[in-house]
Amino acid sequence: MTTATTPRDAVPGQLAGEPLLKVRDLTVTFASRGRRAVRAVDGIDLDVAAGSTVGIVGESGSGKSVTSLAALGLLGKRGVQISGSVHFDGADLLNMPDDELRAVRGKEIAMIFQDPMSSLNPVLTIGRQITEILVRHRGLSKQEARDEAASLLQSVGIGDSVRRLRSFPHQLSGGMRQRVMIAMALACAPRLLIADEPTTALDVTISAQILELLRTLVAETQTALVLITHDLGVVAGLCDTVHVMYSGRIVESAPRRPLFAAPEHPYTNGLLASVPRLDQPRGIPLLPIPGSPSDTLPWAQGCAFSPRCTRREDDCLGGPPPLAPVGHPAHLLRCMHPVPTGERRV
Amino acid sequence: MSAAAVPSPIPSTPAAGSGEEAAGGLYRDAFRRLRRSPTAIVGAVLVSAFVLIAVLAPWIAPYDPTAVDLTDIRPGVFPGPSAEHLLGLDQLGRDELSRIIYGARYSLLIGVVSLSLGAIVGLSLGLVAGAFGGWVDGLIMRLVDIMLAIPSLLLAIGVAALLGPRLISVMIAIAVVNVPIFARLLRGSMLAQRRSDYALAARSLGVSRSRVVLQHVFPNSLAPVIVQGTLALATAIIEAAGLAFLGLGSPDPAVPEWGRMLAETQSFLASAPLLALWPGLAIVLSVMGFYLLGEALREALDPKLRR
Repeated sequence: MTTATTPRDAVPGQLAGEPLLKVRDLTVTFASRGRRAVRAVDGIDLDVAAGSTVGIVGESGSGKSVTSLAALGLLGKRGVQISGSVHFDGADLLNMPDDELRAVRGKEIAMIFQDPMSSLNPVLTIGRQITEILVRHRGLSKQEARDEAASLLQSVGIGDSVRRLRSFPHQLSGGMRQRVMIAMALACAPRLLIADEPTTALDVTISAQILELLRTLVAETQTALVLITHDLGVVAGLCDTVHVMYSGRIVESAPRRPLFAAPEHPYTNGLLASVPRLDQPRGIPLLPIPGSPSDTLPWAQGCAFSPRCTRREDDCLGGPPPLAPVGHPAHLLRCMHPVPTGERRV
Repeated sequence: MSAAAVPSPIPSTPAAGSGEEAAGGLYRDAFRRLRRSPTAIVGAVLVSAFVLIAVLAPWIAPYDPTAVDLTDIRPGVFPGPSAEHLLGLDQLGRDELSRIIYGARYSLLIGVVSLSLGAIVGLSLGLVAGAFGGWVDGLIMRLVDIMLAIPSLLLAIGVAALLGPRLISVMIAIAVVNVPIFARLLRGSMLAQRRSDYALAARSLGVSRSRVVLQHVFPNSLAPVIVQGTLALATAIIEAAGLAFLGLGSPDPAVPEWGRMLAETQSFLASAPLLALWPGLAIVLSVMGFYLLGEALREALDPKLRR
């Protein structure tokens, strides 16, 4: 495979050579008969280097989850059009036969979902669900799989793991269930873990524990992590590189430090500004981003964020702004009128 | 293995008591709720009484239900309840109580066999439709739609008439009525479960398609089927009685079917109204038992229905 690295391809945080996961111009359109086609993901480029952690941030409906589901072939076939390319370790995931793709899923790439309450099968024991994957991907015998499952539970911080294997999901708390999901995801030592809002359904304290667990496990096993979230705080603590998505496109992407120190895009800036802070005097009003994600434009007509943007000018509506480097070479921005230093809220 | 009894370092979902219950442990939770429901208890008592009577009929029936004894019968006069014959004698001098008791056997037999037949065929169709989707689903569901479009009693009469008045034809007739109901129910339930988070999670971990459907989706789709099964037994008893009433039951007039007993008392309604009451009551009580149990099951299995 040729490594034709155009400047556009130079995604921050990446080592020399091919990235582990390479997404180019991924576009996902949902088109059901009789309804207007919706372009959920609109030309995403994404590189994930082996062992790195990448955050994808955006509001509900910005296309974060669809990106990962499309990459793994988990979107249905009917009414879904996917174009672009997704390569994992050189292999083309989008054109891979179903059974080969299934061998990749769970073994090479694993996923964790938002709601641990509903992501486990309520009628099967935890043990059955973990061993199923071990038997499937690692060819262990039933007994080996049980032993391995127990030690996996141990490794994600679930004590008394042999007995826990006989538990049903409803006998565990939310945090426990998410730990089980992580154990299942890491069962086959995947090289890439995609965590789709892994802590959204959890308490703040539990959420911190789960993130810490993820951080430790990912570091120990050298697993690359793609963390999908709407919570910038989660990203700040965990990710090397951050991509901010809006309305199906990446609007800003940068290594963690420059992004948090100098958010250039009005949307990123708005997200940061909207986080309530403890060090501010009480009574100061919160700073929401006006409007809702549904106040949007098709990118072809201009910047999709412009209807909600305080820095909007006429030229924002002259076609899609390009994703171009600013300042730091790895800092990419899709905006005609970046936020000047003085107006940043960080 | 009870979760509550085992001392555990992990809080075993204290949220369970506070309303918003998770989907987890569906069947176990349902059973716990069932035991606390008065409806379920009444239903269960009626159903177990019905089943016990049916099974133990030869031992508890005081007389042979087919023994004809005309010594006490005179035209227009039937001996009512007495110490020897608790529910009196019918028009041929047979002990009414024994006939009701034996009648339970036929109702249960017809109900269970027709339900099993209907459920097996219906669930297989539903499983195939729900598992494959696409044109297979379309084809099976159109077939089912056609079956559903024909009124069930009419369909049953048609089948019974086609196969001749035999017990097995009653069973097949009722089974045919049940096929589309079960097929539709399981298919709909599976389609809903296929879109569930755990099915997606299983797929994301590389579990094969057939395993996702059979191990994950299918067992979770059974709740409405169990409810329907209970309700279908009630319907089967009514339909069996209806068919027997119309003369499409067993050809042997000595067989004590409740429906036929009702039909036969028509001509004596003025002189012996009680003879119509007993089989009617038997049908109502047994059907009510299954309905109450079914309703309670439905509520127990679907937390959203509870008020």
